[in-house]
Amino acid sequence: MGAGHGHKLHFHGHSPVHRAPAHLKVLALLGFMLLVVATPGDRLLAFAGYLAVLVAVVAVSRVPPTYLLKRMVVEVPFVVFALLMPFIATGPRVDVLGVAVSQPGLTAAWALLVKGTLGVLASLTLAATTEPRDLLAGLERLRVPNLLVQIMGFMVRYLDVVTDEMRRMRVARESRGFTARDVRHWPVIARSAGALFIRSYERGERVHLAMLSRGYTGTLPRLSATDHADHQERR
Amino acid sequence: MSTPVLDVRGLAFAYPDGHQALYGVDLHVHRGERVALLGPNGAGKTTLVLHLNGILTAGVGTVSVSGLPVTKQNIAEVRRRVGVVFQDPDDQLFMGSVHDDVAFGPANLGLRGEALERRVRDALDQVGMADFADRPPHHLSFGQRRRVAVATVLAMEPEILVLDEPSSNLDPASRRELAEILTALDVTVLMVTHDLPYAFELCPRSVVLSDGVIVADGSTYDVLTDDALMAAHRLELPFGFDPRSMRPRAAG
Repeated sequence: MGAGHGHKLHFHGHSPVHRAPAHLKVLALLGFMLLVVATPGDRLLAFAGYLAVLVAVVAVSRVPPTYLLKRMVVEVPFVVFALLMPFIATGPRVDVLGVAVSQPGLTAAWALLVKGTLGVLASLTLAATTEPRDLLAGLERLRVPNLLVQIMGFMVRYLDVVTDEMRRMRVARESRGFTARDVRHWPVIARSAGALFIRSYERGERVHLAMLSRGYTGTLPRLSATDHADHQERR
Repeated sequence: MSTPVLDVRGLAFAYPDGHQALYGVDLHVHRGERVALLGPNGAGKTTLVLHLNGILTAGVGTVSVSGLPVTKQNIAEVRRRVGVVFQDPDDQLFMGSVHDDVAFGPANLGLRGEALERRVRDALDQVGMADFADRPPHHLSFGQRRRVAVATVLAMEPEILVLDEPSSNLDPASRRELAEILTALDVTVLMVTHDLPYAFELCPRSVVLSDGVIVADGSTYDVLTDDALMAAHRLELPFGFDPRSMRPRAAG
């Protein structure tokens, strides 16, 4: 348990993309995304260019493309929404394969799909080439408010603990003959989610007590940003 | 005798909801002692522990650590002197790596640079976890996490180490390894536990807390062999364990 399935997004490697400072990668991602979002949907050539840049970065990073593609399933809800848009949007209609769909809806769906896909792919590339703690140190160097970095740090640290707790609760449910099959079972799932929330809240309180016990006064010492950085340089 | 490391006098405490947990506790622990705090569930053990480093403040009575009273003004120094190791290491280890977690306490004390690194190294060496400094805590085994949790507190060079159920959830090998680490430490220990053989092995002296008062205080052998006392406070020796058939490890 615990070990081995930690950072599901991170792909271990030593490429130049892996070694690049985290704060520069974050800035690059942010710049890239702003550019993609600001490009009008009909500039096909521009999007082809963006894709080419991304593919080049992925190639340099030596992260297997299938590794990234498998993780792109997070985009599915957006794809579904994009597919619905031509049908539910209003405006002038055009015929596509004999079905009348909304012209503005079609354009918007295309823009959403292409920009979303580029965004997800770029973010996954960052996640695959950067350890979470380096990412946090990078954000700290970018002067992201300390409190936000702390919150993200706790999220990274406790994600596994909470997922594990969730998995144990599911195993316990199923061991008593319960499997969620249809909508009538949702109340049970909802109660489990409530219990998980309370447990996590209580854990939060215990963690806070443990922090106070070691002299915490409101700011985390900037360890990862300083010590860890020169730690790596020494290698 | 010298000033006790831990001096609790007439400590009473009620939670805001009216539930009274402690009814006048007196407890002295002297330098170099290893004391087990025994008692049934709900006896107030955890409440007492939270008073020792000022997380909770006394309703009535006083707590002093090496002569320094636990008050709002002294809180930082008290928390350096009293190192509490909580039961669930996942509560205690909240940073991204073992190194950062061990450094958290001393960094809060204002240490930086080489002095900080030395504290971290020494603390990890004491628990045999120096090779794991760069690992994220959630990638360690439970026993390893418990040891790192001990190191996070040792790095603050406390005068007294307070352990809440140190042997819980450990497999026998990790339990023995932790016992070896604790006996090798040159520090005063107060150990809250249900694990009576562990108390017998590690602590020459035991204190029994029941319903918010100290009902017994003596050598662990005498406490564990006092059948009437044990039965009255829901303390039971595990099957097959008989302190009369063995002598406790030499004190010290």
